[in-house]
Amino acid sequence: MARELTKKERMQIPRQPMPAQDPMERIRNFGEVALGLTPEMAIAEAERCLECKKPRCVEGCPVGIDIPAFIVEMADGNFEKALAIVKKDNTLPAICGRVCPQEDQCEQVCVVGNKYKPVAIGRLERFVADWEVAQGGEIAMPERQPETGFKVAVVGSGPAGLACAAQLAILGHSVTLFEALHKAGGVLVYGIPEFRLPKKIVEEEVGNLQKLGVELRFNFVVGKLASVQELFTEYDFDSVFIATGAGLPYFMGIPGEDYIGVYSANEFLTRVNLMKGFDFPAYDTPVGMGRRVAVVGSGNVAMDCLRTAKRLGAEEVICLYRRTRAESPARLEELEHAEEEAIDFRWLSSPVEIYGDDDARVRGVRVQKMELGEPDASGRRRPVPIEGEQYDMEMDTVIMGIGQGPNPLVTRSTEDLELNRWGNIVVNEETMMTSIPGVFAGGDIVTGAATVILAMGAGKVAAAGIDDYLRNEVRVPRSKADGT
Amino acid sequence: MATLLKIEEIAPAFKRYLVEMPEIARKHQAGQFVIVLLHDHGERIPLTIADSDADAGTLTLVVQEVGKSTMEMGTLKEGDEIQVVGPLGTPTHIENVGTCVCVGGGAGIAPLLPIAQAMKEAGNEVVSILGGRTKELVILRDEMTAASNEMIYTTDDGSFGAKGFVTNALERFIKERGKPEMVIAIGPAIMMKAVAEMTRPLEIPTVVSLNTIMIDGTGMCGGCRVSVGGDSKFVCVDGPEFDAHTVDFDLMMKRQRTFLVEEEEARRRYLEHHECQATKGGELS
Ligand SMILES: Cc1cc2nc3c(=O)[nH]c(=O)nc-3n(C[C@H](O)[C@H](O)[C@H](O)COP(=O)(O)OP(=O)(O)OC[C@H]3O[C@@H](n4cnc5c(N)ncnc54)[C@H](O)[C@@H]3O)c2cc1C
Ligand SMILES: Cc1cc2nc3c(=O)[nH]c(=O)nc-3n(C[C@H](O)[C@H](O)[C@H](O)COP(=O)(O)OP(=O)(O)OC[C@H]3O[C@@H](n4cnc5c(N)ncnc54)[C@H](O)[C@@H]3O)c2cc1C
Ligand code: SF4
Ligand code: SF4
Ligand code: FES
Repeated sequence: MARELTKKERMQIPRQPMPAQDPMERIRNFGEVALGLTPEMAIAEAERCLECKKPRCVEGCPVGIDIPAFIVEMADGNFEKALAIVKKDNTLPAICGRVCPQEDQCEQVCVVGNKYKPVAIGRLERFVADWEVAQGGEIAMPERQPETGFKVAVVGSGPAGLACAAQLAILGHSVTLFEALHKAGGVLVYGIPEFRLPKKIVEEEVGNLQKLGVELRFNFVVGKLASVQELFTEYDFDSVFIATGAGLPYFMGIPGEDYIGVYSANEFLTRVNLMKGFDFPAYDTPVGMGRRVAVVGSGNVAMDCLRTAKRLGAEEVICLYRRTRAESPARLEELEHAEEEAIDFRWLSSPVEIYGDDDARVRGVRVQKMELGEPDASGRRRPVPIEGEQYDMEMDTVIMGIGQGPNPLVTRSTEDLELNRWGNIVVNEETMMTSIPGVFAGGDIVTGAATVILAMGAGKVAAAGIDDYLRNEVRVPRSKADGT
Repeated sequence: MATLLKIEEIAPAFKRYLVEMPEIARKHQAGQFVIVLLHDHGERIPLTIADSDADAGTLTLVVQEVGKSTMEMGTLKEGDEIQVVGPLGTPTHIENVGTCVCVGGGAGIAPLLPIAQAMKEAGNEVVSILGGRTKELVILRDEMTAASNEMIYTTDDGSFGAKGFVTNALERFIKERGKPEMVIAIGPAIMMKAVAEMTRPLEIPTVVSLNTIMIDGTGMCGGCRVSVGGDSKFVCVDGPEFDAHTVDFDLMMKRQRTFLVEEEEARRRYLEHHECQATKGGELS
């Protein structure tokens, strides 16, 4: 039984600090930075929760995890029960516990946070998920419902696709997951680095999918090898879920961006993470990074590039961001970790030109100093250039981490698919069905670049939408209707 | 996984692979390519589909061994398996325009073959100009002959056909026979640039197929970007074919040298390791 504690006593327990690798040590390896709470710490942290009757934290979580319920179990040391509660709403807790921007979601609204530091919900979530792995894997393995005979194609294996595939398999449908790359996980494998999200965790999740009977087809580019329509007509699927993410890298459109040494964040991170270029020449894909690296942008993507460059041995690693630290869209924890790792942040700085030598190799960046002006449509104060304040910085690598748009491979090859003006797929938000009956979509391809938990949540909503569509509208699987 | 059904050496350091890949064979159109991965430590290698047979479910790849990955591919045996993804890239626009001159140099002859075939099938008069350093490097002569109405050869050393470059032959052809409706040129960047420079003042529509460095081949990384008409284009999805007169070849050629140092190191290490294995008589390393 948990200790009986008064509200006051609970609030006075300090938020448990996350054990982490020492900054000067960790910049020389790709091992995970945050090491995870010990069981004692996890229980102490759980005791900080006031078990609110009307828990605001639950509203702050995009998938509505019953947070007080799982935390109570944790305080009692019932990790297995806690895990089951988390997994009811979140199929990827080991991942979300690590990468969710908690300070903008569940923890932002936690009442303890009004006076003290909020309950570390994400860390507790991570703890139970890791605990399961330490016990030897799938303890809360969900049961599959009887076979329905319906076939569903899930296109893209990022968090949206993974979550949707798992849920559909549990509901008894026969699911095939199509992935363009040679590994599953989407941004979780090619984008987010090992030191923040060990790839073993993603592999574990993919393994669980296979245990649920989901078939994986790698190296399959939908829109090229088969169009969405052909998945119905040639491959006999009854429904298709499009979860192809926001994979199209943006560049700034400034002079010199095609010089050698200018990378999109996607290229740089893919070389390092997916292709394991950090271990060149043991792995064949080179990274080609120089000694002085500038990263443009200050979101999660930029933080990952900065910290990766540091670990690859860059001597100078500089962040150029046109607004200030306060507007930086990165998770707070990433920003703080980057600062501890001696990344040189240049706020209110925007590159206006990249200059190079005769071989078209980058020599440096011309930086424009900015100041904050009037608020723009997003409510944030707009950065405006300060006239005459430009300076040059010698650099040999420049990485653009300024955002991604929807990859048009699937959308362009699918007739009658309604898109918005940014090229994202338009869906019915309750079912996630697109303008084409039987075709559903979710994740970054619908919302634009967002978060893992939102993508995962969309995958689950879509699974329910697909299930309903199949049972109530299609009724008879295509393969049976054909009499084959 | 795709099985290598047949491997033949068609010229020094050139091999032809017959790959079992029914789904891609069914979908392939001229101008498209695949990306292959030899093993989980490998890099992703873009290779044009030189031919496909939908009934047999096979693809043909023709690979020139220029560095570590392509040399390593050359050591594979029939029956071995590799990963193949495709068909990637936008297919060639095939149309009956009249006379179409297909200019191919070195490994560029492989991607030219399916395009010449399709252009001939569409009713064009296909004239192929193939060149190489020396006779044996002018590859796929029989296949190209079958896909063309007329053949012209050049070699740098004069060992076969006319001595000189493909551009000399193209110039002669135009002088004697007038302007063709279209030129398609595939080969080393320097050759494609020379063809483009030649046909530009004559205003002959000219298409080239670019071989920039790639990773994913799906438009996700931007590593393959080239400057076309002042805009940045992704070769893997917007191309690989472009209007030759708008491509910034100088910048592209420089970008192809991005990883020169690393490629050299990989090649050196690979050869060292390989030779040392050879002298040890197949002993395991
Ligand atoms: C570097 C980086 C760091 C990030 N850090 C965080 C973080 O800390 N916290 C957080 O919450 N969010 C973070 N995000 C955002 C988050 O990762 C994304 O919002 C999320 O991954 C979107 O999931 P998704 O399933 O929609 O798409 P993705 O994860 O993008 O997956 C899409 C998958 O579809 C595949 N695909 C694309 N086209 C095709 C096709 N035609 N055929 C077959 N397959 C196809 C792709 O190869 C890919 O595997 C980060 C993003 C990046 C890039
Ligand atoms: C669309 C396309 C189609 C191609 N078709 C063919 C073909 O049919 N037959 C053929 O022999 N070759 C083809 N190539 C070129 C082939 O991909 C390269 O020769 C091969 O990747 C070289 O790898 P390597 O390790 O052996 O040599 P490296 O030593 O790594 O490189 C040698 C040179 O090849 C180029 N190169 C290196 N890495 C890549 C890469 N990842 N992507 C593209 N180019 C690279 C560089 O310019 C480099 O200087 C094609 C390339 C593209 C982009
Ligand atoms: S999934 Fe994310 S938002 Fe929800 S409780 Fe967990 S950490 Fe908080
Ligand atoms: S709001 Fe905070 S204290 Fe209240 S239940 Fe949620 S986590 Fe516990
Ligand atoms: S190879 Fe990555 S975008 Fe073309």
